[in-house]
Amino acid sequence: MSDTHAQSVAFVRRSEIPPAPPPARETGAVKWVRENLFSGAFNSIMTIVGLLIVFYLLSGLIPWILNGTWEGSDIRDCREILGNSGGGCFAVLAERWPQLLFGFQYPDYLRWRPTLAFVLLAVALPPALFAMYLPRWTLAATALYPFAAYWLIWGGTILAPVVAALGILAGYLVFKAIEKRGFVTALAAGAATAFIVWWIGGLIVGEFPRMLSIEPVPSRQMGGFMLNLILGVICVSLSIPLGIVLALGRQSRLPIVKGFCVVFIEFVRGVPLITLLFVANVVLAYFLPPDANFDLIIRVIIMITMFASAYIAEVIRGGLAALPKGQYEAADSLGLDYPQAMRLIILPQALKISIPGIVNVAVGLFKDTTLVSVISMFDLVGMIRGPILSSTDWVGVYWELWAFACLLFFVVCYGISQYSQWLERQLTTDHR
Amino acid sequence: MTTMSDPPRADGFRVSKLINDTRYRSYTFQFIALVLLILGFGWLINNAINNPVLREAGIDFTFLQAPAGYDINQQPISYDSQDTHLRATIIGAINTLIVAFLACVTATILGVIAGVLRLSNNWIIKKLMAVYVELFRNIPVLIWIIIIFTVAANTFPPISEFRIPRDGSDPERGLLFGMFAATNQGVFIPRLDFAEQGWIIAAVALASVAGVFCWRAFARKELYEKGRELPVFWPSLLILILPVVIVNFALGSPVGIENPEMGRFRFEGGFLLRPSLISLWFALSVYTGAFIAENVRAGILAVSKGQTEAAAALGLRPGRIMSLVVLPQALRVIIPPLISQYLNITKNTSLAIAVGYMDLTGTLGGITLNQTGRALECILLLMLFYLTFSLAISAIMNIYNRSVALKER
Repeated sequence: MSDTHAQSVAFVRRSEIPPAPPPARETGAVKWVRENLFSGAFNSIMTIVGLLIVFYLLSGLIPWILNGTWEGSDIRDCREILGNSGGGCFAVLAERWPQLLFGFQYPDYLRWRPTLAFVLLAVALPPALFAMYLPRWTLAATALYPFAAYWLIWGGTILAPVVAALGILAGYLVFKAIEKRGFVTALAAGAATAFIVWWIGGLIVGEFPRMLSIEPVPSRQMGGFMLNLILGVICVSLSIPLGIVLALGRQSRLPIVKGFCVVFIEFVRGVPLITLLFVANVVLAYFLPPDANFDLIIRVIIMITMFASAYIAEVIRGGLAALPKGQYEAADSLGLDYPQAMRLIILPQALKISIPGIVNVAVGLFKDTTLVSVISMFDLVGMIRGPILSSTDWVGVYWELWAFACLLFFVVCYGISQYSQWLERQLTTDHR
Repeated sequence: MTTMSDPPRADGFRVSKLINDTRYRSYTFQFIALVLLILGFGWLINNAINNPVLREAGIDFTFLQAPAGYDINQQPISYDSQDTHLRATIIGAINTLIVAFLACVTATILGVIAGVLRLSNNWIIKKLMAVYVELFRNIPVLIWIIIIFTVAANTFPPISEFRIPRDGSDPERGLLFGMFAATNQGVFIPRLDFAEQGWIIAAVALASVAGVFCWRAFARKELYEKGRELPVFWPSLLILILPVVIVNFALGSPVGIENPEMGRFRFEGGFLLRPSLISLWFALSVYTGAFIAENVRAGILAVSKGQTEAAAALGLRPGRIMSLVVLPQALRVIIPPLISQYLNITKNTSLAIAVGYMDLTGTLGGITLNQTGRALECILLLMLFYLTFSLAISAIMNIYNRSVALKER
């Protein structure tokens, strides 16, 4: 076949022409720039404006960071060292970082304890965050952590956290043992056991308040970023179970339960957090027994938890509503009762849908912990506005301090939101 | 639970049914819940009754009629320190609404721009907007308010630099366009000056707005009934501006613009935006704008690409595709979170107390509370105001939601 035309055709190409490289403007960086930065007149103008903005920001920021000084004992030293270089006076951070992180009242020589608690967090968090990749027993570290952290930060006898942990453990064991006889019965029995253990334990702790004791630090001496973290962590972890209960209550067919939940949620969502903090500060004491010794931090925790749980309840309600009705009906048709249906069928799916919303609330709540500075608690913002900026040494060093505060919050909040996006991808089980 | 072959036996009521029979169990639970609720509230109220401080003071709202005795630096309605606490409270509420309204408007503009730009195909703009959104979303709004307050109160030049020196030479700084002056006391801006016949202008302006709506309705009717397409944008603009300008000239300019002018020591005329208002307004706008940007982005992404392609296949122009196909569907997704962002702004204006802006929290929850010591009453009123406002907005939102919701089956 191949030589059929050998006489009639002067030249026949025997091989394919190698593909020519695409034109220079259609490949690589040039193409990318043409497509993404200069695809039209308008786009080009936008690019130039954007570059100018970036240039302007960086031209202020880079000298500020690079020329900054970390040495000096007050603002006058800083001015002397810096001259006109436009650098930042980071000496304030070098000198005051313990105050920014722990507040100005936490005893100097005990700072290793909260530091250790936060270092331990690096051990305690991964088992919970990456539960699907780590063996189950590592969760024990997470479970033990709150008690260890409490002991390290607040000090006092080790018996108190041990008793608290034992109570929860005993309650859980009792619950597991009689779970088959009905969820409600088991829950009531578990709670009763826990209370009995706590009561007996309370007596024992009262007998031996100095046993294996480290120096106690009262709550009002907490401050700085530590206070934000404590409030954030405690309130979020308390408000999630409360929020689930409220969301289920709002969905329930029992009018009294439902009515209470609706009123509670709408009330709390309708008022600003700051009014609730005012309540914690001045009004709540009226409604608690006069001899009960609730200090400000506990009252604030109560109010913030209420606040967050209402928001989380709404998020979870959204998750519950998003489930197809067939899921509820399927659970009914299997003969599951309400607690079983909720625990086995509904909540696992609803909570999965609600993860992004819950994380949003958690991040928002963590940011809102700065509001406690308004009721004269010395969290990070309170520390900067109060003791540090009003001290004669550092009056006028705004940018460095606020940049530090921004950095701390940004790292934590951005980290949490990135984690939640990752978790969402991990939990996606539908095949779309 | 019951089947056709197994009808419930009518064997009357037994006590055990209260726990074991699902028909009666709900009553048991409700009864328990009610008892717990009553006990809980009873305990709280009992504590309050037995509280020595509260028992002595009682609950009494008459303090609202007493003279307030403090000054308020931003007075939308006339007020002096001899007026009552009630009037101070009302001024605080108006100030709250002013800053909330301003922040809602600018946050929406910022948010829509940022949200659309985040979807642009310009890489650098996209990244800049992502940085903006992440930076502002992840840092507490309180910190932003304080930072902007610090900037406004410390880095702007003092008024003395605007003063005309004795020798009559030019001052160190002049006014921007002869209208604006940013000083560390606040930003001076021009003010609309209403003379006697000013109300005529206002009436004409209102009539023009009504005229615009009429023109749009007329244009739509023409289009639907006769297929004739009338221009809308330019005529609307003309209707809006022309009558006001003509009438204003005809009446000899009763409405003018009063620029701030440097007097001997301070600015005279114009309008002063205090650093507290600026910081609150600006910080709430950029902070909430970042959230709105995410809502807008999500809304636009929620409209499936097939819709755009189908509209293009029908021969619609890109502008029409946006206004007739994409936006109506995107708005359905955007509006509910947008309104809850407005509610958030309103609630966040209570942070005014951190920079001394005299909103409701600053007057009623701040100075009035501290002066009278009536904490319970003040905080109750404070909560009631925010609650009423929020519930009213949510009610409107629910009505709106129902009207735009997809009508299914």
